[in-house]
Amino acid sequence: MSWPGADAQAAGVWPHRHLLDVDQLTLAELEQCLDVAVEMRERRTRREALDLLRGEVVGLAFHEPSTRTRVSFELAAKALGAEVVDLRIEASSVSKGESLVDTLRTLEQTGVSTIVLRHPMSGAPYLAARSCGARIVNAGDGTHAHPTQALVDALTLREALGPLEGKKIAIVGDIGHSRVARSNMHSLTALGASVWLAGPRAWVAGFAGWPGVTVADRLEDALVDADAVMALRIQLEREAGDGAVASLREYTAEWGLDEARMSRARPGAPLLHPGPTNEGVEITAELAASKRSLIGTQVANGVPIRMAVLSLLAR
Amino acid sequence: MSIFGSISDPAATFLLTGARVVDPSAGEDRVRDLAVVDGLLADPAALPADAPRIDASGFVATPGLCDLHTHLREPGLERAETIASGTRAAARGGFTTVCAMPNTDPPPDDSESVRWILDRAGGAASRVRVVAAATQGRGGEQPTNVVELAASGIVGVSDDGAAIGSGAVARELLAGLASLGLPLIEHAEDARTAQGSVMRAGPTATRLGLAGWPESAELSMVERDIALAEETGAWVHFTHLSTAGALEAIRRAKRRGIRVTCDVTPHHLALTDDWVAGWRGFAWEEPGGVAADPFGAPLDAALAYDPACRVNPPLASRGDAMALLAGVADGTIDAIATDHAPHPRERKGVEFGAAAPGMIGLETALSLGLAAVESGSLELVRLIEALSTKPASLIGETRSLAAGSVADLVVFDAGARWRLGASGLASTSSNTPLLGMELPGVVRMTVAGGRITYRDGLDARRLSPGCGTMRTAHPAASDGCRSARTRNSIRMRDQASGASSGRRSCSPASSSSSLSACSASTGRSGCWWCFSSSTWSCSSSSA
Repeated sequence: MSWPGADAQAAGVWPHRHLLDVDQLTLAELEQCLDVAVEMRERRTRREALDLLRGEVVGLAFHEPSTRTRVSFELAAKALGAEVVDLRIEASSVSKGESLVDTLRTLEQTGVSTIVLRHPMSGAPYLAARSCGARIVNAGDGTHAHPTQALVDALTLREALGPLEGKKIAIVGDIGHSRVARSNMHSLTALGASVWLAGPRAWVAGFAGWPGVTVADRLEDALVDADAVMALRIQLEREAGDGAVASLREYTAEWGLDEARMSRARPGAPLLHPGPTNEGVEITAELAASKRSLIGTQVANGVPIRMAVLSLLAR
Repeated sequence: MSIFGSISDPAATFLLTGARVVDPSAGEDRVRDLAVVDGLLADPAALPADAPRIDASGFVATPGLCDLHTHLREPGLERAETIASGTRAAARGGFTTVCAMPNTDPPPDDSESVRWILDRAGGAASRVRVVAAATQGRGGEQPTNVVELAASGIVGVSDDGAAIGSGAVARELLAGLASLGLPLIEHAEDARTAQGSVMRAGPTATRLGLAGWPESAELSMVERDIALAEETGAWVHFTHLSTAGALEAIRRAKRRGIRVTCDVTPHHLALTDDWVAGWRGFAWEEPGGVAADPFGAPLDAALAYDPACRVNPPLASRGDAMALLAGVADGTIDAIATDHAPHPRERKGVEFGAAAPGMIGLETALSLGLAAVESGSLELVRLIEALSTKPASLIGETRSLAAGSVADLVVFDAGARWRLGASGLASTSSNTPLLGMELPGVVRMTVAGGRITYRDGLDARRLSPGCGTMRTAHPAASDGCRSARTRNSIRMRDQASGASSGRRSCSPASSSSSLSACSASTGRSGCWWCFSSSTWSCSSSSA
């Protein structure tokens, strides 16, 4: 069968061996990823056989708990005909002190050609990419990057808003510790959107001066006339841990999203959240379940985006 | 034969001709000859007629370098470094003295352990001075017996790797040190402020998603210790200073007459936090990297998050690095110290955040300094002062190239370039982000206390008397002059046999290879003085 997306960008070998962050993708490559994902979704809906990775083994090396990212990668790999090896870290030699490099080399030596890596330390996928021969897909590293989530969000927004050129996207919450926010800043600004950040000062101050990014002093400034709003998960374990907020209650009072605050955005402006949500903390339960919410769509777009990434890297 | 000698070798005698002699102690910067007779600098007229002559024209000769901050890792961490390997690295880098920091296992916290190190260093390739632990086991709680330690010959106390966290403990230590004239060498870091951080706070840390070490972590500790130094009248030396704010605090304290001194590492002068993101330009070069534009370029998978760039204190911003360079230039910063911190591969070949902090520096310090000189950021004489005469004076050593002084010097080719490779390092470890880079400045010879502790790359053309005689008259020369004693006896017998003192040149015995090939092929295996091996013959020449 022909490669999905071939029409979007004539032939052409995908130039990247790894997907470490979206910063490595040109605008054309970003759009190609999204186009391939759309095609993947359609073919999957038609139950077409997609055996683009037949004979390949995809290894899942999740060093952090994950549900939706892990499941979507597994489903994506299997939908493309690959075998999947799930390295259960808690039951692996990692728990006995084996290094990341040794673990990945072991996977590689057992025939794994693509490793999907989630790791609590920023930069771990870069170490992986220069230490073993397998293709590396970053499924989230520390507080640095989550490129496939950014692609999911870009696809979700593009389908909700059309082309993102000139659109205002507000990202609210713990920006500083968010790998999702960082990757989204790259992809959304590359696609022509302006990104507004809002949150406690300690969590947003470091981004002042980034091209295409505006740090808002007040939540209202970020929300007014926003074409879409993205809420981030507050890490409950961080409550009062770094002094940025005195308490979750105070955070919710100042930065929490509800329908009233969302009314400052453009009418019907969609709400995104990478999940899992803390309902009643960063967003109300009503808002999460409202028509604005594209949280379910984000989850649904997870599999085709990961199919697109896995298949493009295998070209 | 080894390119290294030791401080217990017989004293050397030779004439170094035509070197650019830079001696900050005498305000000297001119081309002249340097004569060494039995380990002492002498008037060339006093040199024996048949003494070896080394043509050093085009090279620079300065007083031997002195490192206030070296991690030799022995005892306990010998996989990273030993006293033997670390001092060889020192000699190769032009250092004639290194101050061994107490980050060992166990740390030297009593006179017996200090003496163990000094005994162990008796035949090393550079002098070893000991910085003892400031608190028992470097635990930060119980001060060591500084009176007893002072008697064992230490040059200071420190819990390097951590500051003395308790102000009360620091005060007690300083009160004890005040009458001894020894410094508390402080690693200025407020542990709670810096907790969990792995690089310098700023745009690059934000871009990389790495927890950042704020400037206040250093400044607050510097301010505390300045106050304690003023209160006790004791001497605090701040080591591996990394921020402009702390430097300014020290500048103010010095103006007020408080006894504080400080050093900075070569990597905090030349490298910036952008190196963690993969940028590979020096601080004084065109600003670039992530700090200049977070979206400017994707991270380079081959270089980003290089654990070799993880140091403590972390690499600073460009603004800090330039301020520190200015601090060296105006003398506020007393010394450049390497913080040579070797680590085995398993402690560095891991995630950036899990890597042991520290990089090696003994073999690259002079080169980084010369790079700064080449850039116009620093004058050569000031660089040598910060690497040699000033740190030496802080530990009670002298450095002078005046006749009558003990010969303690380094000869280097400032214009030559070398490419740093792991296999060419004398250190056991190779944890430096400079690997693969071409650096200026090649050390050709190091003389510590009158003994040649390192020599390499001195072209055979640069030497004259004795080479042919040595090879033909003394077969021992062809098997590599294995020991200093052998070398010395060869020289003695050469003198006795009346070897010609005319100029000689070396040439290949069986080929017409160039002289540079001679040097390249024999530098590590030939005889001590002419560096020719058994496959090369040396002959007299009337030229």
